[in-house]
Amino acid sequence: MAPVTLAALPATILPEPLLRAESVGGKFALMIFAVVVFAVVFGLVLLLATLFTGRRGEQVQGALFALPVVGLLGVGLVYPALRTINQSFKGRTADGPYSLENYATMFTSPDLLVVLRNTAIWVVLVPFLATGIGLLYAILIDRARGEAFAKALIFLPMSISMVGASIIWKFVYEYKQTSRPQTGLLNGILKLLGFETRQWLLDVPLNTLMLIVVMVWIQAGFAMTVLSAAIKAIPDDIIEAAKLDGVKGMAMFRYITLPSIRSALVVVLTTIGIATMKIFDIVRTMTAGQFDTSVVANEFYNQIFRYNAPGIGAALAVLLFVLVIPIVAYNVVQMRKEA
Amino acid sequence: MSTLEPTALPDKVSEEMEQTTHPGRPRRRRRRSAAGDAARAVTSPWASLVAVVIAVLWTIPTIGLFVTSFRSQLDIQRSGWWTSFLHPGDYTLDNYTQALSSTSTSNIVQAFINTIVITLPAVVLPIFLASLAAYAFAWIPFPGRDALFVAVFALQIVPLQIALVPLLDIYVNKLGFGASYWSVWLSHTIFALPLATFLIHNFMKELPGELMEAARVDGAGHVTIFFRILLPLLTPAIAAFGIFQFLWVWNDLLVSLVFLGGTPDVAPITVFIAALAGSRGSAWYLLSAGAFISMVVPVAVFLGLQRYFVRGLLAGGLKG
Repeated sequence: MAPVTLAALPATILPEPLLRAESVGGKFALMIFAVVVFAVVFGLVLLLATLFTGRRGEQVQGALFALPVVGLLGVGLVYPALRTINQSFKGRTADGPYSLENYATMFTSPDLLVVLRNTAIWVVLVPFLATGIGLLYAILIDRARGEAFAKALIFLPMSISMVGASIIWKFVYEYKQTSRPQTGLLNGILKLLGFETRQWLLDVPLNTLMLIVVMVWIQAGFAMTVLSAAIKAIPDDIIEAAKLDGVKGMAMFRYITLPSIRSALVVVLTTIGIATMKIFDIVRTMTAGQFDTSVVANEFYNQIFRYNAPGIGAALAVLLFVLVIPIVAYNVVQMRKEA
Repeated sequence: MSTLEPTALPDKVSEEMEQTTHPGRPRRRRRRSAAGDAARAVTSPWASLVAVVIAVLWTIPTIGLFVTSFRSQLDIQRSGWWTSFLHPGDYTLDNYTQALSSTSTSNIVQAFINTIVITLPAVVLPIFLASLAAYAFAWIPFPGRDALFVAVFALQIVPLQIALVPLLDIYVNKLGFGASYWSVWLSHTIFALPLATFLIHNFMKELPGELMEAARVDGAGHVTIFFRILLPLLTPAIAAFGIFQFLWVWNDLLVSLVFLGGTPDVAPITVFIAALAGSRGSAWYLLSAGAFISMVVPVAVFLGLQRYFVRGLLAGGLKG
């Protein structure tokens, strides 16, 4: 594969002024230009479509309408994915002869084994913790006073970037020697309780757990929202019938609530599981994957853009893809069962 | 990332979302629920206490950095933010002035503008493309339609990582885009299409077929039907997806990092903040203010359009 560098600028299909802009006005003009170009192409497709009439013409119209999406996905997703899979078998630099070298490296190199172990820890812990906390909270505040406000508090982290969330938490974990005044909340509490302060993001294996906390913090709001909606959708008559039979309290939760929200639970667990599998922003912003905290998606980035090993990067991307499939399959099977 | 069918949302969900968006509105009669009973069984004071503890744990980290963003550089290094409540007179806007001034490291205002320039087309393009394709998939029969739709739907599971490097190669070596907005606009559009087409298709399929037939009898072509009848009806679905995509793109790090390579004159604010955290990790006066500047827009969108955001979430989208 030809080395990909952003600095290299071969002949371009667009003249320089339409490619880049320095000034603020130029940038917005470029943005408007892009939307206009797109609108023109869009209009042409529609115009072309009106030329076809009759039964046959209708079929052509349908195909034309679908063409932009199918074409973009083919060129921009399917073809690149196939190329990545191909490259993953061509050695460390992705231009050698076909071999299983990259996959062998992935499962034998001590560094990469740590990466796989970390990803496993993330994928086991995050979905269950986030869903557990989200469910508990949804139940506790269900039809309580100020429910909307209470929900917004937990939900707010969903709307900010993972980079922003990482900065927020990095400050919570801020380290200062025990003797000095503390600025990080967590070490402030440790010192108040009379313990030595800790380097939360440096100490292995604690640091991975500290990063996981950030993801749980972000995802609990998602779990809470979906599960709360599911809880409220349980028909009243089921609850009334159960009550007449003398079911109450925890038994009500165990035998009525839980089975009723089962499909929502599966959806939440699998969705968070997939998001966790691809986690990148948090690890990169907080530790850059140092101190044994790297995960697959972060290592993918490092191998390609830092270590100049696109072959190993490609193999990691393929691994990500392969790992996501069973979760999605489980999700779909569960949804079929419920339907 | 296929999750709940958007059309399967029970009535009570939207009812609940109404309540969420209008906290001040008088509530309707409170019904008892199974979950409420379970909570009551844990005796109310304990339940409330646990809920309050979770709410506090979830809020304090943000408050801490927020308070810090209003403290002087020296105070931030010398004492914990919680001590600042003892000296309420010491708060200052200096950090924000510093962060926004064009001289600070490289320019956060420029990064903010880049984010806007990146985000708007990356939201508009997939909405139009996906609506058009969804219309064809839902209402115009053509050979191979169902197979193609299943293929588009299935592409939702492909992690974008697997496409990044070859795509970068196409942009740089075939199209000559280099580090330009075009690479990011196109990439965000491509990565959004499977979910967008799937969601909008589902909403479209729910519309009554008689509507389309009546319009056809009156002599309207598919183009007219699409613009005159379908687009107005699709507003809720488009809003749900649009807000979702808006937050996704605004908050994205990976796509911009790969296709723009952190080049300051095109890099968005997430890349800027992440780079700042890497290079000046202890400059909390800049980091705290910068982080909140980057959060203003998504939080405003979230608070203002929470209803659509929640609907988008319930309909099957999640960032990542």
